[in-house]
Amino acid sequence: MFYRESGDFKSSYAADQQTFPIRFDRIAVGVVLVFAFLVVPFVIDDYWEKSILLPFLVWAMAALGLNILTGYCGQVSLGTGGFMAVGAYAAYKLTTGFPELNMFLVILLSGGVTAFVGIVFGLPSLRIKGFYLAVATLAAQFFLVWLFNKVPWFYNYSASGMITVPERSVFGIAVTGSGAPSWATYLFCLVFVVVFAMIARNLTRGRLGRSWMAIRDMDIAAEIIGVPPLQAKLSAFAVSSFYIGIAGALFFTVYLGAAEPTEAFGIDKSFLVLFMIIIGGLGSIFGSFVGAAFMTLLPVLFKNIMVAGFGWPTDLVQHIIFMLVGGLIMFFLIVEPNGLAQLWRVAKEKLRLWPFPH
Amino acid sequence: MSAAINSGEALLSLKDISLSFGGVNALSGITFDVLKGEIRAIIGPNGAGKSSMLNVINGFYHPQQGEVWFDGALRGSLKPYQIARQGIARTFQNIALFKGMSTLDNLMTGRITKMHSNLFWQAIWKGKAEKEELKHRERVEHIIDFLEIQAIRKTPVGRLPYGLQKRVELGRALAAESKLLLLDEPMAGMNLEEKEDMCRFILDVRDEFGTTIALIEHDMGVVMDIADRVVVLDYGKKIGDGYPDEIRNDKRVIDAYLGVAHD
Ligand SMILES: Nc1ncnc2c1ncn2[C@@H]1O[C@H](COP(=O)(O)OP(=O)(O)OP(=O)(O)O)[C@@H](O)[C@H]1O
Ligand SMILES: [Mg+2]
Repeated sequence: MFYRESGDFKSSYAADQQTFPIRFDRIAVGVVLVFAFLVVPFVIDDYWEKSILLPFLVWAMAALGLNILTGYCGQVSLGTGGFMAVGAYAAYKLTTGFPELNMFLVILLSGGVTAFVGIVFGLPSLRIKGFYLAVATLAAQFFLVWLFNKVPWFYNYSASGMITVPERSVFGIAVTGSGAPSWATYLFCLVFVVVFAMIARNLTRGRLGRSWMAIRDMDIAAEIIGVPPLQAKLSAFAVSSFYIGIAGALFFTVYLGAAEPTEAFGIDKSFLVLFMIIIGGLGSIFGSFVGAAFMTLLPVLFKNIMVAGFGWPTDLVQHIIFMLVGGLIMFFLIVEPNGLAQLWRVAKEKLRLWPFPH
Repeated sequence: MSAAINSGEALLSLKDISLSFGGVNALSGITFDVLKGEIRAIIGPNGAGKSSMLNVINGFYHPQQGEVWFDGALRGSLKPYQIARQGIARTFQNIALFKGMSTLDNLMTGRITKMHSNLFWQAIWKGKAEKEELKHRERVEHIIDFLEIQAIRKTPVGRLPYGLQKRVELGRALAAESKLLLLDEPMAGMNLEEKEDMCRFILDVRDEFGTTIALIEHDMGVVMDIADRVVVLDYGKKIGDGYPDEIRNDKRVIDAYLGVAHD
């Protein structure tokens, strides 16, 4: 009954196009944010940080990035893992090369470097589409991982070929390294994700977002009504890679601490993020979060139920999870190509009009 | 007929345009013009080259020969989006709406050539980007009122019936506030009532916005009613050009439509 827009008439276009036009949604989001910023930091422990919250935030960031490229601009990419590696290695080179550099800046600059690399690997999109573009980005994935394995400069000639983040702090509190408190790493990631989710929302609702969607829905018509395809596609690659680079930088510096490219940024990561946006909803900011939550939390949940609860062997549970996720992806591709976000939208639409559906 | 036509100033003129695909001559040596403020119809049997003509005008096809003059200047080799920026908008024979977007967003996309706020302001939104958005939203709402599509403002266009999609596509082209509007069979597949609405819109567009219109249409009744002048194509050649009355009685035109054998 409380989920209403009746009596909530919009008297200006500004009110009509706000992010959450329905009052209940605005309140809900406000409550979630207050909870995330003011409650969680006080109750977070190591398990929640490492197994649930940091992975969720990092993958939400990556999903936002890929959703901009694939969901909004219609350019399929299998290079996400490789672009995350670019962000991670940029962050590594920056933290080790410039020890004084502020960590916020390190992460942002890593995003910037990745954006640049994304533009370069986005160039083929001007000529090729769909499946062929996916193959080209796959090549980017393998090339980047190979590059970071091959060129010692990237891992500072370390004997193991691994990269390890030095301890760095912001406002005097460590956010990287083993000494970083859970609440600090969590808040550090949360700030990036919240700010960049808002930016993603802004970018996708205006001129730029429409030019991306126009290219996605019908590229020829888009060009004929005045969307420059080069600018639209490359800006999508740049912005998307920026996000994915930040995700990679956070993943490495804050979450992993030490990484090796094949393991940390392999093709499986590209697919993981792609599945997130398919399940969550292509072309939906909210869907990016839902997808990331789904793909990071579901395995944890199943593990808890099946391993801890039923006492099944871990490797069996692992396989069951694979099968379930695979089945769900097929389900979404066939039954609800617009993902969980769409199911949610439909449910809301029904609720808004309930109990008078017509 | 409006005063502008009498003054006879051409907004667009095509000179000796030839276009071929491999062995197929889609257009051969076509010359005609569109005067400021007029409604110019392009007619002809299937495959005559009408759509190709529009594709040449908005730069999607590049003719092997000939000149395009627009707004008083010879046009060089431009990309379609640059031509859109010069003030040419169009609709398509097979609806080419952005299916995943709402009616409102489709129309707002139509104004893309007029929006300029940069990446930074887009990201911040508050301030420049929002102000620009609201300014253009107002123009778009005006078009929504004009086309009487208020009720489907937020509906994804993929869900709309065919007739409404055609109307939204007209709206998207109108949103560009172009100097020249190209309509490729805007009434194809419509019932009588929808056609009457569409005719009214087209005439109103010219009268209210002063837009020059070139349109392709198969329905002769409609063409004779709303066009100021008509050009007739057949097998890529121009076989008639003049006022509707002249065209109606032209022997070559009648032959082409009745399918008299070519020699
Ligand atoms: N991209 C293309 N590649 C090859 N041939 C083409 C292309 N576009 C048009 N043609 C050919 O050019 C000729 C004219 O086609 P066009 O679409 O301009 O005809 P039309 O007058 O619009 O016909 P209709 O009334 O069926 O829409 C046809 O023979 C068509 O096959
Ligand atoms: Mg045609």
